[in-house]
Amino acid sequence: MGVAKYIKNEKDAIKEVIYQSGIKVKPSYGPEDLEKAGFKYEKDLGAPGEYPFTRSIHPQSYRSRAWTTRQYTGFGTPEETNERFKLMISNGQTGLNVAFDLPTQMGYDSDHPLAQGEVGRVGMAIDSLRDFEAAFKGIPLDRIGSGLTINAVATIMMAMYQAAAEKFGYSKNQISTTPQNDILKEMIGRGAWIFPVEHGVRLVGDSIEYAVKELPKSNPVSICGYHIRESGATPAQEIAYAFEIAKAYIENVVQRGIKPEDFVGRFSFNLNVYGNLWEQIAKFRAARKLWAKMLKEEYGVKDNKNLFLRGLFGGGGSGLTKEQPENNIMRGAYYALGAALSGAQTTALCSFDEAYTIPTPRSALLSLRTLEILMDEVGLRDTVDPLAGSYFIETLTLEMENKIIEEMKEVEKWGGMVKSISNGFVQRKVSRQAYEFEKGLQSGEYRKVGVVPVSEKGTDKDPGSEPAAVELHEYNEAWAEKSIANLKELRRTRNGKDVAECLKGLEKAAKGSENVMPHLVKCCHAYATVGEMAGVFRQVFGEWKEPDFY
Amino acid sequence: MAINKKIRILIAKPGLDGHDKGAKVVALALRDAGMEVIYSGLHQTLDQIIQSATQEAVDVIGLSIMSGAHLPICQKLKAMMQEKGLVHTKLTVGGVIPHQDIPKLQEIGVAAVFPGGTSFEDIIKGINSLFD
Amino acid sequence: MLDINDIISGDQNTGARMIRLIEDRDPSAHEVLKAIYPHSGRAFIIGITGSPGVGKSTLIDALIAEFRRLDKKIGIIAVDPSSPISGGAILGDRLRMQRHAADPNVFIRSMASRGQKGGLSRAAKDAVLVLDAMGYHIIIIETAGAGQTEVDVAGIAHSVGIVTIPGTGDGIQAIKAGILETGDVFILNKCDRPDADAAEFELNMMISMRPASPGSWKAVVVKTRALDGTGVKELAQVFLSHYAFLNQEGRLEKKKKEIELRYFQGLVTDLVLEKTMAALETSKAYREALQKIELNGTDPLSLAETVMGGITISNFNSP
Repeated sequence: MGVAKYIKNEKDAIKEVIYQSGIKVKPSYGPEDLEKAGFKYEKDLGAPGEYPFTRSIHPQSYRSRAWTTRQYTGFGTPEETNERFKLMISNGQTGLNVAFDLPTQMGYDSDHPLAQGEVGRVGMAIDSLRDFEAAFKGIPLDRIGSGLTINAVATIMMAMYQAAAEKFGYSKNQISTTPQNDILKEMIGRGAWIFPVEHGVRLVGDSIEYAVKELPKSNPVSICGYHIRESGATPAQEIAYAFEIAKAYIENVVQRGIKPEDFVGRFSFNLNVYGNLWEQIAKFRAARKLWAKMLKEEYGVKDNKNLFLRGLFGGGGSGLTKEQPENNIMRGAYYALGAALSGAQTTALCSFDEAYTIPTPRSALLSLRTLEILMDEVGLRDTVDPLAGSYFIETLTLEMENKIIEEMKEVEKWGGMVKSISNGFVQRKVSRQAYEFEKGLQSGEYRKVGVVPVSEKGTDKDPGSEPAAVELHEYNEAWAEKSIANLKELRRTRNGKDVAECLKGLEKAAKGSENVMPHLVKCCHAYATVGEMAGVFRQVFGEWKEPDFY
Repeated sequence: MAINKKIRILIAKPGLDGHDKGAKVVALALRDAGMEVIYSGLHQTLDQIIQSATQEAVDVIGLSIMSGAHLPICQKLKAMMQEKGLVHTKLTVGGVIPHQDIPKLQEIGVAAVFPGGTSFEDIIKGINSLFD
Repeated sequence: MLDINDIISGDQNTGARMIRLIEDRDPSAHEVLKAIYPHSGRAFIIGITGSPGVGKSTLIDALIAEFRRLDKKIGIIAVDPSSPISGGAILGDRLRMQRHAADPNVFIRSMASRGQKGGLSRAAKDAVLVLDAMGYHIIIIETAGAGQTEVDVAGIAHSVGIVTIPGTGDGIQAIKAGILETGDVFILNKCDRPDADAAEFELNMMISMRPASPGSWKAVVVKTRALDGTGVKELAQVFLSHYAFLNQEGRLEKKKKEIELRYFQGLVTDLVLEKTMAALETSKAYREALQKIELNGTDPLSLAETVMGGITISNFNSP
């Protein structure tokens, strides 16, 4: 039953409930539970918009503004992406969220042998500033902010964004970009890493330092508990690992003589809504409080607005099933309800058919409508943090806080996040849990409606189902051909001496401790390619070797 | 000494896609089913996969592909296996595989296809049955 | 039967299948081994051992790169434990050496312990023999130094490297006295850790306390950081200088004879065991003894004496 563990007696009555994070839930809660947990209103809750922000980071929350939603775009060529961007802006979008193809994410040019068959497949293909110029042509970069979904070479894309803006006549003070730039989570979950851990973290540090000094409106890093959760982490681990990752970045930047107060306000988070409803709500409330407490107590951050846990709570991909896909519409609605009851500022939902096919425009629209129904129809804007004071929710929030602290302590015992990832401790723990959970799902210990456990296959409990029709994006060879032709032309016509000189400067910075960002901006302006810049890093830093995972 | 045979399998992630949860989870399941699993790691070229399969003398190559490029990858790898004399090795594939592609994969010479959602039990049975 | 010419000419596919027969204990392996034996004996064999987590595979990955720079062909046998419960294994050492996968002059082979210590040492030794006959200049056997994966590396390798890490002293304490005596090279990996100097001092102390005879090799401590390759060049040189040392005054020949002798003794032990057990298992006395145990009759100690007491070994000539 569900993603929590339910122990039942022979009459199907629930005897015990254990959430994924390891918290046992009682049949009912009362004032004595709050007392036992040491709950104090001022210390643990406070008014919305007041420290420790358990209830909300804004005093009015959805009363002043409903949540914002995001759409992820970018495919094929920069020109096609540009058209899509313009359409979205004319439809009222105030921010773009850019997807890159795998060769770009992995720092390869379109003509690299490993790029074969991948150019433009899952996002737009970027080889040089020319492509950025084409992608952002005519976009008012002083008004429209851009999220860049890229990590290992996020520094290169940030530099590219600045260089393109400068070409169009904007100053770097005017532009606002949010690269994902969370390399440590790639090493736990999504796999788009290139360089060894410590070099990866150094690049994140360079980009934060540069943003502090040169890009006043940009947010250099978005920490993704999301993918860690998708890889098999519990909700408590999702937050704990995200915070430990944040600490690794903070410590890198602090070593450069920059005060946390000057940059932590620019961190944002991307967190998952998949799981048991109550556990999710408690997770977000505990996370908001812990983040503020940690920054205040450990890092001496004083300004309230720098203590906010900002970000996107959404997605829920792991919860969706291929079986009976329409059920995912309902699942999405309940995930979004959880996000709303948690005070999410920004959200996005997976489309119901995403588990097995390309989301259709209709399914994408359904996700949007689901979010609108919650805000405009059901009444979730009425009052801030409506569950506050619930014996159950407040007890659970405190227990969740303790679980998160426990998981953070374990990482610290391992020597912090950088060491834990280098040694594979986190990956091992997460993949083992993913395996155990999958086994539980197949045996019927955990339940998702529509998924038939192995023991019931072919029995009268198995409704049987036609395999869902899976469609994949058609790959268009023309994208690669065009990119490669452009690249050839570029290499012929650009000033090769300039490029070589800039790359030399980049190499020197990479080898030493100088910030690579100004050099990357220069390289971009000289039309050095992504593959050339990443190539310098590959040569200086080497490539990461994954630790074992079992 | 008595014969002590085990099924050896290379779980491989070809290409640039880094979603490895499925590959890792299946590797653990096969290990627990008594097989010897060699895990290639991410971002493998087909040359690396062939070389690993050769040196490790595996009975099975199990590809994990999420990118949608399973048809060209399997076709190319199968040809390379022929060329390198890996005649004893079976090719299997799992991941995001549309149902309608299964016959095409079989035609290429893929011995078993395990689309996302296949239970561990069915994967283990499917692999064991290649050696009955 | 596999074509031995394919093995000798270095065909990786055939060599790999031969190693497969060895680890599967396929009876046909024996004849092939006999046939390729005369073609072996040219390689320099290095054993690398140490507790799990000290970074052996990463270190070997860096060593491969270093030996490749010297244009040596490298073979690796990496041994990992089998699960005692399922008998399966995930063989992960290769993961850290994978950048060499497409290099035709590198051959990496993972082996699972398959639950048998003695048998594994034999299989690892036979696999080294295959790589040797295939023409690899340097063969490295990687094995964890404790528990069920333990391979008698000293009985196979010409040069034994023991990997340890600085820390709470655990690393060094973990080196069992027996292993310490067999080490020719002590590798202090992760040498950027704070107490590396203390660990180095301690290691040198232990080495200096080993009984040394005139003209014997003095073990060396090398500090490395496998992750970025620090010290690996020196390490490769130390192994090569140990090899050069062995090549003087007939030391290597002596060592090879010792290894061959141990190999022979192991083979005989295996054969005796195999043949005796085969004969025994069909004997009446043995079957009766099994029944008696089943019926809770006689104690197993007396039964073993009774069964073995009936066996006479007559066809050996005593002096």
